[in-house]
Amino acid sequence: MNGTPTDVQATDIAALLSELGYADAPVATALNETFVPAGSRAATALAAGDRIEILAPRQGG
Amino acid sequence: MPDATGPSTTDVSTSGPSTADAGATGPGNTGPGATGPGTTGPGTGGPCTGGPDARGDSAAGDPLLLYGTPVVSRLMLGTALYPSPAVMAAAFRRSGAAIATVSLRREGAPGADGARAGQAFWDLIRGLGVAVLPNTAGCHSVKEAVTTAHMAREVFGTPWIKLEVIGRTDTLQPDPFALVEAARILADDGFQVFPYTTEDLVLAEKLVEAGCEVLMPWGAPIGSGLGLTNLYGLRAIRATFPDVPLVVDAGIGLPSQAAQALELGFDAVLLNTAVAKAGDPPAMAEAFAAAVRAGRLAYLADPMAPRDMAEPSTPVIGQAFLA
Repeated sequence: MNGTPTDVQATDIAALLSELGYADAPVATALNETFVPAGSRAATALAAGDRIEILAPRQGG
Repeated sequence: MPDATGPSTTDVSTSGPSTADAGATGPGNTGPGATGPGTTGPGTGGPCTGGPDARGDSAAGDPLLLYGTPVVSRLMLGTALYPSPAVMAAAFRRSGAAIATVSLRREGAPGADGARAGQAFWDLIRGLGVAVLPNTAGCHSVKEAVTTAHMAREVFGTPWIKLEVIGRTDTLQPDPFALVEAARILADDGFQVFPYTTEDLVLAEKLVEAGCEVLMPWGAPIGSGLGLTNLYGLRAIRATFPDVPLVVDAGIGLPSQAAQALELGFDAVLLNTAVAKAGDPPAMAEAFAAAVRAGRLAYLADPMAPRDMAEPSTPVIGQAFLA
């Protein structure tokens, strides 16, 4: 997750966000460098070695 | 000075801002993120009204329209590099800026420093009452930029995207080829693209053909504070695209440089470092607001043409013979 090897129980992205405490947070997700819309998170299964990005609002110029 | 075609926004101003249009096309919740956090912001669905000090920046008869959305301030401000969130908020209030640029970055691991920092920052931005313009800062490829844009549209709930596709890490100048490709992909997908570009006329033409209705040429490299380093190029892009809103984005270090951009006929400026890294960011924000207002007024007032030799301003006729 976000470049750091992370052990999780979740088997899909929606469950992963819940497990990490981001279920209601303003975040967007990508799996293996591909955007996963919010509506597709529950149907997107996770496998060992997947790369997931969880991005949130930050300062920008 | 204005070219022969006069103020570039004349045609825009005659169409007039419409509240209904603004509601339909504004940077509000028109993105696909209706089920996500985008439903709580960032736009109000109406005009970008900015903070309490915004009035007078873009007069009622001189609106700035960006993708059909009336924007009351011609000063757009970044949200990075301030000494504290409170200072950033104060700077926004005194700037009158109606548009804030933001980014997407990795959320912190649970329990670590920075966990849920996104929520805190998002709450702060929403409290400013401004529209957000998400960027794709740091992206070096078409794929990265396009993916980041999709993620930003969902999180921020806006079709607006400040498209940055960086070609060099030292100058942070755009990769023109990747920029055009990414702009075309995003415009075709319903994004309203604000491309960070150079003053190159051919590149500008390709971006317009790709669907960009706003262009944002740089004044100088990001964060350099060098001002408008290619006046000829900026005049040329203004003259070549009289009907396209043009925003000088990046490189502005001083209010006088922002005034100069508006005097040349540019529709707005976007800056961040010049305010955030000033010793007193809120005061500098107000200085920029005044400069942008002065520059726009000067442009609309049709500046005199410069000349090489002196021309007496006091009448010659009637001068006494005292020699």
